[in-house]
Amino acid sequence: MKKSVFTLERARRLAGDVWELRLSGDTSAITAPGQFVNLELPGKFLRRPISVCDWEEGRLTLLVKEAGEGTKELVRLPAGTKLNTLSGLGNGFDLAAAPEGAVLVGGGIGIAPLYGLAKRMLAAGRSVPAVLGFRSKEDAFYLEEFAALGAEVRTASEDGSLGTRGFVTNVLKELPDCRFVCACGPTAMLKAVHALPQITGGQFSFEARMACGFGACVGCTIQTKKGLRRVCKDGPIFHKEDIVWQTSP
Amino acid sequence: MADLSVTLAGVTLKNPIIPASGTFGYGREFADAYDLDLLGSFSWKGTTRDPRPGNLQPRIAETAAGMLNAVGLQNPGMEAVLREEVPNIARIFHGPVIANVCGFSLEEYAENCRALEEAEPVKILEVNISCPNVHAGGKNFGSDPHSAAAVTRAVRAATKKPVFMKLSPNVTDVAEIARACEAEGADGLCLINTLLGMRIDLNTKRPLLQNRTGGLSGPAVFPVALRMVWDVYEAVKLPIIGCGGVSSAEDAAEMMLAGATAVEVGAANLRDPWACKKIIEDLPGVCERLGVEKLSDLTGGAHHA
Repeated sequence: MKKSVFTLERARRLAGDVWELRLSGDTSAITAPGQFVNLELPGKFLRRPISVCDWEEGRLTLLVKEAGEGTKELVRLPAGTKLNTLSGLGNGFDLAAAPEGAVLVGGGIGIAPLYGLAKRMLAAGRSVPAVLGFRSKEDAFYLEEFAALGAEVRTASEDGSLGTRGFVTNVLKELPDCRFVCACGPTAMLKAVHALPQITGGQFSFEARMACGFGACVGCTIQTKKGLRRVCKDGPIFHKEDIVWQTSP
Repeated sequence: MADLSVTLAGVTLKNPIIPASGTFGYGREFADAYDLDLLGSFSWKGTTRDPRPGNLQPRIAETAAGMLNAVGLQNPGMEAVLREEVPNIARIFHGPVIANVCGFSLEEYAENCRALEEAEPVKILEVNISCPNVHAGGKNFGSDPHSAAAVTRAVRAATKKPVFMKLSPNVTDVAEIARACEAEGADGLCLINTLLGMRIDLNTKRPLLQNRTGGLSGPAVFPVALRMVWDVYEAVKLPIIGCGGVSSAEDAAEMMLAGATAVEVGAANLRDPWACKKIIEDLPGVCERLGVEKLSDLTGGAHHA
């Protein structure tokens, strides 16, 4: 964990209420895709935890969905705004533990960390099949960016306006060889993917309301097969075999 | 350089700044961020006899100038704390530790205090009387003077270590509760715990917290805490640990002027893990500004000014 100041360089609306933010600052604490940063916003007591989409030395990319007052204000901050940031939070995806042929599965804003993951898997010489789901073609974003990396992207949309009609699970059923996933998206999507009989392993990125983001307040605790775990510090990535689907800790 | 040390019931702290229970775990996460030995003390996570998973998600909600939490006393239980956390604390912090203990019955409070008798780093017991009293239909022990007195009596008889009762602000007259604790031999008081509050999610039209209500903390509660510390200082002779919304060295000085001997910092740690370090670094400047050589001279100063 590192506290430093990031400068907002550019905010670009990608689709509907989803934005891409490019920032500059010290990214040295970020060690794995799937980690997050916690941004202090003017006038807000709690920071906003945002998944890292991509990073390189001195540069950070975040994809932000307007979910409430804070994120609505965040995406509209003028270029040049300085943001007090805690970076390098959470465990991130474990590339070494994902076998060759692992499929990246994302829904909506959940595709953000999969971009950074895809980039690093491709850099390691691995093939990267990806299944990305959206409500409709209008809501889709970052498809060109994934394709430009060299990922083999398949899509699904609820209304059928893009790719397979339905959900990412409909696409996964057409890929019977897919046994292992790296997934991020709404809880309903994670549950449905987790429940597919063909899926024998995977890494699932969780989301929770949190106060600190570094493990102190235990506000984001969930129950797992290994006991109570903090989404912010022990996660946000949890392995398939450890996951318990219940709202109760 | 000003003398920052303070003494709580015979226990000397190098400075009055104490991370508050529930915002600092058992110190592990913060020991990765900075050298804990710069702290006066720290108050560990409220610990019960049995392990508790806490409440359902969501447990956290933001408010104007603060936050609500409904963690629900999640903790690994006294046995695990003694086995795994106390030895680790001895490695990461060498000052006096404050152990926050909770209980659901008088017997459990006493048992938890006895269990800490041999825990070397623990120099003060902070008895959280905001836990629901299972024998009285879930009402908090701290919500009336008789049950607050009963817990004080039980823990006072169970330990040789100083006991500080942590008082709830969700009462009509906090001074009356404070006097009840003093009469039963409490060595000090800590106030305030969080204020009961709630938020409603406009998307679902339901309470945002699964527990419906949560405890409000952060800068929003500072003036309330300050007023209660003032009232209790007027009512009792016991040393007071002031707690509630402290975010700066200036806030800490206000707490001391209102009557606090030492000051706990809570929600500020969650927003900025280095908050206590910064406050401590700023204390000498505050001493200079206020013209005191000894920081402890501030305690209660506003009552005599």
